[in-house]
Amino acid sequence: MTLEELRSLREKGEKAMAKRENAGKDIQVIVGMGTSGIAAGAKQVVDCFLDLLDQKGIHNVLVSQTGAMGLGVEPTVEVTAPGMPATVYEKVDKAVVEAIIDQHIIGKKQVSDHVVHPAEN
Amino acid sequence: MHRFICDFLLDIVQNSFEAGAPSVQVTIEEDAGRLACTVTDTGKGMDETMRNQVLDPFHGGSSKHPGRPVSLGIPFLAEAMRETGGQFHLSSQPGQGTTVRFVCDLHHVDTPPTGDIPGTILLLLSDARAGEVSVFRSLDTPKGRGSYRVTKSGLVQELGDLRKGDALLLARAYLRSQEGELERWKVERRLVLSKGEDYDT
Repeated sequence: MTLEELRSLREKGEKAMAKRENAGKDIQVIVGMGTSGIAAGAKQVVDCFLDLLDQKGIHNVLVSQTGAMGLGVEPTVEVTAPGMPATVYEKVDKAVVEAIIDQHIIGKKQVSDHVVHPAEN
Repeated sequence: MHRFICDFLLDIVQNSFEAGAPSVQVTIEEDAGRLACTVTDTGKGMDETMRNQVLDPFHGGSSKHPGRPVSLGIPFLAEAMRETGGQFHLSSQPGQGTTVRFVCDLHHVDTPPTGDIPGTILLLLSDARAGEVSVFRSLDTPKGRGSYRVTKSGLVQELGDLRKGDALLLARAYLRSQEGELERWKVERRLVLSKGEDYDT
């Protein structure tokens, strides 16, 4: 793929995005990518989010990384979404990524089994 | 501790990001028997005391992990290279940035698998903590030679905000296609167990 082909793909994608109703109301997914996170599989968590969000046609999510969250329950993911409390999830794998997307991002309900509670860490 | 060579690389580059380095250059150079990774940043550098501390697995970085004396990325990498016939080198001076270079012996039976190079490059380029990041990747074997270079500013210019899922997916596809162009030059790893004993992977 050349840079020109990449630019063309992006332009096509932008036209499609402009038609979507929920454009502009961004949700943020932040993956902890410290040494422990990397060792626990945080890189694969990022890939899972990208693939599943694309499969489900969800395009208003910003996916980024941060350093270690210092919680000892990696991989950890923080999700901030309009109308929901900022939530940190622990021991995130592919199944939990799918649950976060389906329940938290789409369903506006936390995935309670994997929420990190500050008092315990 | 890390399963793949790419995990070690990602860990090391993140140190530069967390130290606030304005720019980071990464080279990933592979030939038939070695994989050499060099990370050079223009951060604040380290004096001798700090260089010894980052190499000490029992010394923690207090600003990175308040209350938890752990900071193991560099010690684990240095140990992994020692145990697998590789090389590790760290150089740094206050005000002059830091360079970490490690060379993996791809024939050593205990050397970890390489891992996902394009996926790792994507994470380096999309990290919001990073200033400018430049990555040069090359492969040089008896079959032939290929390389590609990509920068964060270049991808941002083409794709915009690299936090957006769409942009990340396009960047990932682009990087995979660049890495895919190198596939034709790759050779099979021939693991050496001891003198006179070896087998193909």
